[in-house]
Amino acid sequence: MPRMTLARRREAVTGYLFIAPWLVGFLVFIAGPMLWSLYASLTNYDVTSRMRWVGLDNYRRLLFDDELFWTSLYNTGFYVLFAVPLSVITGVLIAVLLNQQIPGQRIFRTIFFLPKVLTGVAVLLLWLWVFNPDFGPINVFLRAIGVSNPPLWFSDPTWAKPALVIMSMWGAAGGYIIYLAGLQGIPRHLYEAAMLDGASPVKQFWNVTVPMMSPTIFFKLVTGISAAFQFWETSLIVSEGGKGGPSYSTLFYGLYMWQKAFGEYQMGYASAMAWILLIITLFLTMLQFLISRRWVYYEGEARS
Amino acid sequence: MTVQHNPPVTEAPTTARERRPFSRQAGATLFWKVIAFLILCAISVAVLFPGLWMLSTALKADTQVYANPPVWIPNPLRFDNFAKAWSLAPFTRYAINTALYTLAVVIGTVLSSSLAAYGFAKLRFPGRNLLFTLLLSTMMIPGMVTLIPQYILFSKLHWVGTYLPLVVPSFFAGAFFTFLLRQFFMGIPNEYSEAARVDGASDWWIWSRVIMPLSRPALATVAIFTFEGAWDSYVGPLLYLNDERLYTLQVGLQFFRTATVVQWQYLMAAALMVMLPVIILFFTFQRYFVEGAAVSGGVKG
Repeated sequence: MPRMTLARRREAVTGYLFIAPWLVGFLVFIAGPMLWSLYASLTNYDVTSRMRWVGLDNYRRLLFDDELFWTSLYNTGFYVLFAVPLSVITGVLIAVLLNQQIPGQRIFRTIFFLPKVLTGVAVLLLWLWVFNPDFGPINVFLRAIGVSNPPLWFSDPTWAKPALVIMSMWGAAGGYIIYLAGLQGIPRHLYEAAMLDGASPVKQFWNVTVPMMSPTIFFKLVTGISAAFQFWETSLIVSEGGKGGPSYSTLFYGLYMWQKAFGEYQMGYASAMAWILLIITLFLTMLQFLISRRWVYYEGEARS
Repeated sequence: MTVQHNPPVTEAPTTARERRPFSRQAGATLFWKVIAFLILCAISVAVLFPGLWMLSTALKADTQVYANPPVWIPNPLRFDNFAKAWSLAPFTRYAINTALYTLAVVIGTVLSSSLAAYGFAKLRFPGRNLLFTLLLSTMMIPGMVTLIPQYILFSKLHWVGTYLPLVVPSFFAGAFFTFLLRQFFMGIPNEYSEAARVDGASDWWIWSRVIMPLSRPALATVAIFTFEGAWDSYVGPLLYLNDERLYTLQVGLQFFRTATVVQWQYLMAAALMVMLPVIILFFTFQRYFVEGAAVSGGVKG
């Protein structure tokens, strides 16, 4: 290391002092716990007794003996597959519409942002009431248009997950703001050039808007998929007793892990689940970065 | 890595197409605008609908709650549902708990994140870029990976059953808010701090007297998002607070649902009251909500 002047050394010490809150927090609340968790995943640990080394047994049991593990992974995969793309489409659609000069824009912008603000248990209780099979407005409406046996939503294994996807789309309306900011950054001359070439609005959308928006969409896909893999708290509240029913149809990965850890105190087993999740998340993120080279377009970068 | 500087969200400038005299193309544009307007109205209805249903239920007498077809405008309006719902569970205590807990978390987050952000933005030290990359990469770690070991840690410290596990970590700078503030601090010209430094000011003085006052909008964004997050948090309080007297509003609300036979008018009234502070905050500081959301999405890799 090159020798530093006194002033540089003092600046470095001050710098470390300023970032100390983060650095200490990182070591105590993230790095330390992660290493501990990796070790715990190789043991049997139920909080009260000592940790007993079992090697890769937890992982073996998860992958080969535990059907509920696969159920929870399937449910989570289902949610990721539908909720993430639909959320992105909702956000982009609203942003494109709002980017036109249309009366009442300020009001629309406020309304669409509300779902971003309204979160927490209160909103989930509201959804339980909206999806109530007997008195909820959705089923009342469905009966009114002639559906004699509307879904039981959260009480029906087939419809519980779609109900959650609908909820996620509602929440995604607030995401428009990011796409709108991206849209307004697209230079006008690109559209003018496309129009001179006689490109229709649909063609302009696919050949100008989408490529120019691709970094934003890519960012939302990466963070959205990672967040959707951790989706489970909602199911803790909306499923009866937080067990992920009916028929384990809303037993999400995180909920199953929560039950193993804090319901049955199988901390080693649950830690192994946490590490499998981490590996899945990292793998999917890397995969997306690889695929992104084919479709994400950064300005100022030569396209191959 | 930089934050995309988004232009302010204002009316888009008129395009060349619209400045032309009326033509077939202008007619088509008008047609598309009408369609867009109608779709926006339809989406607005879908977005507002659950909230209106909630408000409507909260004001109903129990005879009207289960009416078929549903009643949208209750008659009579039962405003006393709110008082009744509030008294069905010790909500006053829950509200005080939640307010104090949220306040502590906001103070901790703003203080610690701004300190760390100043270090990363304005000071040079070996390993700075490496540590900052590390900070960014922690944002990809699923919270569930650290949930169990943190619980064990806090239980060994005998902190379970107190607010310490919920409040103390917020004093150790979260990655996202540190990143957000660091981006903002980078935009403050160094001349300000250099001038103070020439006058013999220390970095602590510059941080507190120069950078912090200049960063009020960014600090407000951090404070508002932290407030919302803490006010709405459920799993943490559920895990760590096992004494009913310590419950927060979110935990109390959930238990209020399962403990009593559901009377939807009271449940919706209570839920509305629990949401109210966040709703008021949103309408007061809408700009910061929107800016924060735009910044959080403008991260470019």
